[in-house]
Amino acid sequence: MSRIQSTFQQLQRSGRKALIPFITAGDPDGDLTLPLMRALVAGGADIIELGVPFSDPMADGPTIQRASERALAGGMSLKRVLDIVRSFRAVDDITPVVLMGYANPIEAWGQAAFAAAARDAGVDGVLVVDYPPEECVDFTAAVRAAGLDQIFMLAPTSSEQRFRDVARSGSGYIYYVSLKGVTGAATLDFDEIGRRIPQIRAAVGMPVGVGFGIRDAVSAKKIGALADAVVIGSRIVEEIEASPREQAVEKLEAFVRGLRAALDELAGV
Amino acid sequence: MADTQYLLPDALGHFGQHGGVFVAETLMPALAELRAAYEESIEDPVFQAEFAHELKHYVGRPSPIYHARRLSDSLGGAQILLKREDLNHTGAHKINNCIGQALLARRMGKPRVIAETGAGQHGVASATVAARYGFECVVYMGSEDVKRQAANVYRMKLLGATVVPVESGSKTLKDALNEAMRDWVTNVSDTFYIIGTVAGPHPYPVMVRDFQTVIGKESLVQMPELFGRQPDVVLACVGGGSNAIGIFHPYIPYEEVKLVGVEAAGDGIETGRHAAPLTANARIGVLHGNRTYLMQDEHGQIIETHSISAGLDYPGVGPEHSFLKDSGRVEYVAVTDAEALAAFHSLCHLEGIIPALESSHALAQAMKIAPTLGKDKLLLVNLSGRGDKDMHTVAERSGIQF
Repeated sequence: MSRIQSTFQQLQRSGRKALIPFITAGDPDGDLTLPLMRALVAGGADIIELGVPFSDPMADGPTIQRASERALAGGMSLKRVLDIVRSFRAVDDITPVVLMGYANPIEAWGQAAFAAAARDAGVDGVLVVDYPPEECVDFTAAVRAAGLDQIFMLAPTSSEQRFRDVARSGSGYIYYVSLKGVTGAATLDFDEIGRRIPQIRAAVGMPVGVGFGIRDAVSAKKIGALADAVVIGSRIVEEIEASPREQAVEKLEAFVRGLRAALDELAGV
Repeated sequence: MADTQYLLPDALGHFGQHGGVFVAETLMPALAELRAAYEESIEDPVFQAEFAHELKHYVGRPSPIYHARRLSDSLGGAQILLKREDLNHTGAHKINNCIGQALLARRMGKPRVIAETGAGQHGVASATVAARYGFECVVYMGSEDVKRQAANVYRMKLLGATVVPVESGSKTLKDALNEAMRDWVTNVSDTFYIIGTVAGPHPYPVMVRDFQTVIGKESLVQMPELFGRQPDVVLACVGGGSNAIGIFHPYIPYEEVKLVGVEAAGDGIETGRHAAPLTANARIGVLHGNRTYLMQDEHGQIIETHSISAGLDYPGVGPEHSFLKDSGRVEYVAVTDAEALAAFHSLCHLEGIIPALESSHALAQAMKIAPTLGKDKLLLVNLSGRGDKDMHTVAERSGIQF
C-alpha cells in the first residue's frame, strides 16, 4: 500500500480529514524549503504538495507564479526538488510528498527516468497540471511501474464520463478544483461543492480533496465537512511571501496549526 | 489529387508525435465543446458561405499576387512574386482566422472574446471582429510589447477592446498567452478564446490552419492564371506559423513545389539569441497545450527568445510545422534581424511596398536564393503583413526618434 493510501486509511479510522498544504520548492530560496516542509508537518499537515517551479505556470494565479519566479531565479530545478525530497525523507519517513507541476520539466528529463528518480528520492505521488489522462498514457504507466500514485484533477466543468476516465488513470486521491479559475482565486460555492463531492467519490472510489480558493480556517472547515482532504496553496504561499525569511518557518507552522485545529473540530478531536 | 498527402491530425490533434491537448482539466470540456462546434461548422454550407462572403466583402479577398520585377531584376535570378496579405483589411493575414473564429463564437453563443497578442496584429484583428460582430473583447499583451507597440494598443482601444498589459514572466507574447489561458479557464462558460496562430491545444492548430488555407487555395488558382504554372518555391515566415501553414498546406500534395519556412535567427543561431526552434533543432517539449519543438534550457524551463519582429518572438512553433520538419516536406531555415531589415529596405525602395518585419524574413530568404536560380524560376513569398506597425522599430534601428 502506498504512503498516500495508508495516510488516508489512518485518517478515515480516526474520522479526521486530510490537510494538504502546498508550497513551491525553492521559494523563497532552496535552503528554506526543507525547514518549511518540516514546519508544515509540525503544524499538522498530512500530505505535502511540493510545487515544482515552471517558467510558464498557466494554471496558477499571480501568487504561485511569483513563487515560481523567485524559485527559478534562485536556480531551483526538478533535479534539485528531488534532492530536497531526499533530504526530507531522511528525517521523515511517514508524511507523503506529492510533486505538483507542469509537463515540460518532466519531458526534458524523460518520463520514465524521472519517475524512477522520483521514487528513489522518496516521492509518493505526482500531479502534472497539463497532463490530462489521455495525453500521458506512457507516463502513467511509468509512474505506476515506479510504484507512485498519479493524482489527477477534476473540475466543476467535468462530466460524469470524465470522472470515470480520471479514476481509471489516477490513484491516491482526486484533486477537485473547487472553482473555474486559477489557483488563489476568490469565491467558493459550497453548495455546488457539496453536490459534486458525493458524485465524484462514488464514481472514482478514492478519496477526494478540494483545492483552489481555500483561504482560512473557516473555509477549510467548511470544505473539510464535505471532502476527504483540504488542499491549501496560494494562502500558504502568501504567508511565506509576507514573512521575513527568519520568521517564515515559525509563522507557517502556526498558520497550519490553525487550519489543523479547525479541521479536527469536525472529528471532535 | 488528394486534398493533402496526410490525414492529420488524429482525433486528439496529434500530428505524429506533436500537437495534442495538454491543458488543465477545467479546459478539457471547453475544448471538446469547441471541437464539436468547429466540426459542425465545417460541414455546414451556410457557415462556409458566410465565411467566404465576409472574406470577400469585409477583408477584401482574394489578395493579389504581385510580380516584384524591379526587386527580381536587381537580384538577377529567379522571379519574386508576392502574395499580398498586407492588403487585407487590418493589414495582415491574421484577420482571415479572426473572421472564422468570430463566426464560430457567434454560433456557440459566446458574448465575450479574448485574445493574446505580441506585435498587436492579432489583437487588432480580434478587436476588429469583436466590433464587427458585437462582442465584448479583452486583449492580453505583454507590458514590454505594450510599450513597443503603442499605436496598435491605441487602435485596439479605438475599436472598443480592453487591452490588459501582462507584467509576469518576460512580459511578451508567451506571457500574454498564459494570461489569456487564465482568463479563459476563469470565464470559460461565456468566453471564446481567439488564438492567433496554429499553436495551442487541439482544435486550435487545425482550426486556425483551415481558416488560413484560403491564402494557399487562392494562390493555386492565381498562379496558373498569371504565370501559367505553379511556383517552384513557396516561402513564408514562421513564428507560431499561421501564415506559413495557410499558404503551404494546399501545396503539400504538389511535390514539385518546394516549401520553405523562415524562422527568426535574431542575432544569429550561433549566439543563442534567436526564435528559431526548428532551425536550431530545439528539443521537443510541452507548452501552451501542445507538444512541439520548443526553446528551453536543460531543465525544461522555457527560455527567452530574441527577434526584431515581435510576431516571430515565440519559443515554440505550431505542431504541424514540427511534423512537417520531421517529414521533410517543408525545409526550415532562419534569417537574422540584419538580413530581414535589409530585405525590408529593399522592398520599400524597389517596389514601393513597406512589408512587416515578420514577412521581411521570408522575403530575405527569397532574396538569398533568387540569384542562385535561373530567371525562369518562380518564388512565391507570402507577404503576410504590412510594415506600418514597425515604423518605430525600424526608425530606432536607424537611430531615429519620432
